[in-house]
Amino acid sequence: MDVQDIIKQQVSENPVVLYMKGTPDAPMCGFSAAAVQILEACGADSVATVNVLENEDIRQGIKAFSNWPTIPQLYVKGEFVGGADIMREMYQSGELQKLLGK
Amino acid sequence: MSLAALIRERLAPLAPQRLDLRDDSAAHAGHAGARESGGGHFELTLVSAAFTGKSTLARHRLVYERVADLMPHRIHALSIRALAPGETDQKATP
Repeated sequence: MDVQDIIKQQVSENPVVLYMKGTPDAPMCGFSAAAVQILEACGADSVATVNVLENEDIRQGIKAFSNWPTIPQLYVKGEFVGGADIMREMYQSGELQKLLGK
Repeated sequence: MSLAALIRERLAPLAPQRLDLRDDSAAHAGHAGARESGGGHFELTLVSAAFTGKSTLARHRLVYERVADLMPHRIHALSIRALAPGETDQKATP
């Protein structure tokens, strides 16, 4: 299966998907760590995470998928939401909690 | 030209009313991602009329469009605060 199809499947089968460097318990980048913290602060449950460091095709493919050059990337209900800066802004305004149904 | 100067030059078409670019590379030197790409970490605050009426996502895209070819090899990370004129800068850490 093409990497774009794999990503499409991941974001459509899981309501909340975070593409990140490392894992929630061991993030490998400050921005990915911040993204995990923000989702936790929102009380988000059933967040699927994808460690892009384990898959170079996904790592490059996700940037093309969203036309967004950086990781982390958050998807909710199949839609690209943004990276760590946007997640932080939306958390501060309460928009992210609303989007996550919290 | 320094990388910071190059980024400023690239962003000039957005006609910034204010452009603060902080090179944060030293604080991140040596962590896994930085070592791997060798690029710098920057924090950008940009005030531009080009952002008026646009979502945060659209604003960030406008910035990334200007510098995408520099990522990730020269710019490893770019933290963006994109404001339209008149909006307040309420940057805070989580």
